[in-house]
Amino acid sequence: MIKNISNLGDAALYCDFGKKINKEINSKVINYFKNIKNSQIPGITNIVPSYNKIIITFDLNITHFKKIIKEIQNLEIKSFENKKNKIIKIPICCDEEFALDISRLEKILKISGIEILDMYFNKEYFCYMTGFIAGMPFFGDLDQKLRAKRLETPRVRVPKGSIGLTEQFCNIYTYESPGGWNIIGNTPIKIFDKSNISNPTLINPGDTVKFYKITKEEYINWNE
Amino acid sequence: MNKYYFEVLRAGINTTYQDLGRKNLYHIGIPFSGAMDNRNYIIANLLVGNKENTPAIEFAYQGPLLNFKGKAACFVITGEVNFNILRKENRTEQGKCYQTYSLLDGDQVNILSTNKSVYGYLAVSGGFDAELYWNSCSVNTKAKIGANDGEKIKENDQIIISKKDQKYNYKKLDHINSKIEHIRVIKGTNYNYFSQEAKNVFFSKEFTISKFTDRMGMRLKGSKIENIINTNITSEGLIKGVIQIPPDGNPIIMLSDHGTIGGYPKIGVIISADYDRLVQLTPGSKIKFKLVELSEAETLFKLYNMETQKILNQLK
Repeated sequence: MIKNISNLGDAALYCDFGKKINKEINSKVINYFKNIKNSQIPGITNIVPSYNKIIITFDLNITHFKKIIKEIQNLEIKSFENKKNKIIKIPICCDEEFALDISRLEKILKISGIEILDMYFNKEYFCYMTGFIAGMPFFGDLDQKLRAKRLETPRVRVPKGSIGLTEQFCNIYTYESPGGWNIIGNTPIKIFDKSNISNPTLINPGDTVKFYKITKEEYINWNE
Repeated sequence: MNKYYFEVLRAGINTTYQDLGRKNLYHIGIPFSGAMDNRNYIIANLLVGNKENTPAIEFAYQGPLLNFKGKAACFVITGEVNFNILRKENRTEQGKCYQTYSLLDGDQVNILSTNKSVYGYLAVSGGFDAELYWNSCSVNTKAKIGANDGEKIKENDQIIISKKDQKYNYKKLDHINSKIEHIRVIKGTNYNYFSQEAKNVFFSKEFTISKFTDRMGMRLKGSKIENIINTNITSEGLIKGVIQIPPDGNPIIMLSDHGTIGGYPKIGVIISADYDRLVQLTPGSKIKFKLVELSEAETLFKLYNMETQKILNQLK
């Protein structure tokens, strides 16, 4: 399953699952991640899964590249039964105040804002990974007709809760952050909750998400 | 007195609670964080008789002005730091790093500046009372995680000392923060995205550390590093020390509070042995890279640890 393992610096392994990005390969990545997490291999300090890669960092005081690469290669990979993931429903308000890049998308995609949103809300999305900033989920795949590049000049501040689109992916900004994705709306719900230590992320890799539209009034009065 | 604490009369530029950081959370977007210069952080704690991973105060450039409230305390400052102790009877003592001092009620510690370096550390016997998030007090201001609600220390805050009436122990270390001529680098996973000429430039020319440098990353200016394959890669994990080359050709080095996912090609990774010294380089200073192999990097890390141990052996 892993096509190649190499070193990333002197204290990390770089596991390559190939170039393709799809649900099947990402599910393998997630399964591998769970196996490594359960493996109790000494010295591992972090495991970072993404679309089709896993980076494993380790403590150079405890282990080293030649040792840990063997342990990963020899790891018996069990299949973790993915708990029948429930569909997580996420409300989004697409009022013009929040849909910062809808007119840009209209120009690039050559379809109306209403059609863009209809297409967007008409689909379920798969969470490939979380990261960049705490709890930020990355989803796919957008309809072919909705795929646009990042902004030429990224925003210095993307508001917290923003829903961003780029190429085949979309995401949710869990914090105010710099970013270059096309913003089409904002969610009032807390995607990352640091006070929930054991389970701070609402959405995890492998989950399915369905977005639905709410009015500005509903957004303002939203109560979790 | 109910509690012993420092009253913050001036906060300084970037004053935060730090320890050795948090692990196993990259997959949800939370980086290691922790003290930037681990060696100086550890030395500070051990000098005042604390365990290695006890909460301490990290400051950058200009540190805080602190007024001690309590019967007595013992503190130390590590790094290359100019500071004074203002005793109650209006006597000013010039402070020396790597030497413990006692404090009495009303004494003030004025941390003026870091000298040709960025970070310094203040530790007290017994440590600070800092709330832990995922087993670490380390403040990551971007994610608002860590002690003090994940924020920098502000004027009028109270920095509470965990254990009262710690005995004052005079300790002193002879230590000079060694400088190195080159920052050493291992090839990154996208090394072949760059032309031979670009690689030659990267490993021979000087780069300048720009002012856009903080706990998240260090941006460099100098010759542009030309990419011959693609200026973007599929987004994937990042680790601290990775050198990314964005489309404008100016290298960015990931530091302790970095974003955990990124999509720019990785030309190289700073070796673990050189990280503490890298982060101490100030904006405006020059930096040169040297390519080393993995086995050499592993040996250099062992040597760096042995050197740290040698410094700490003076305490025995």
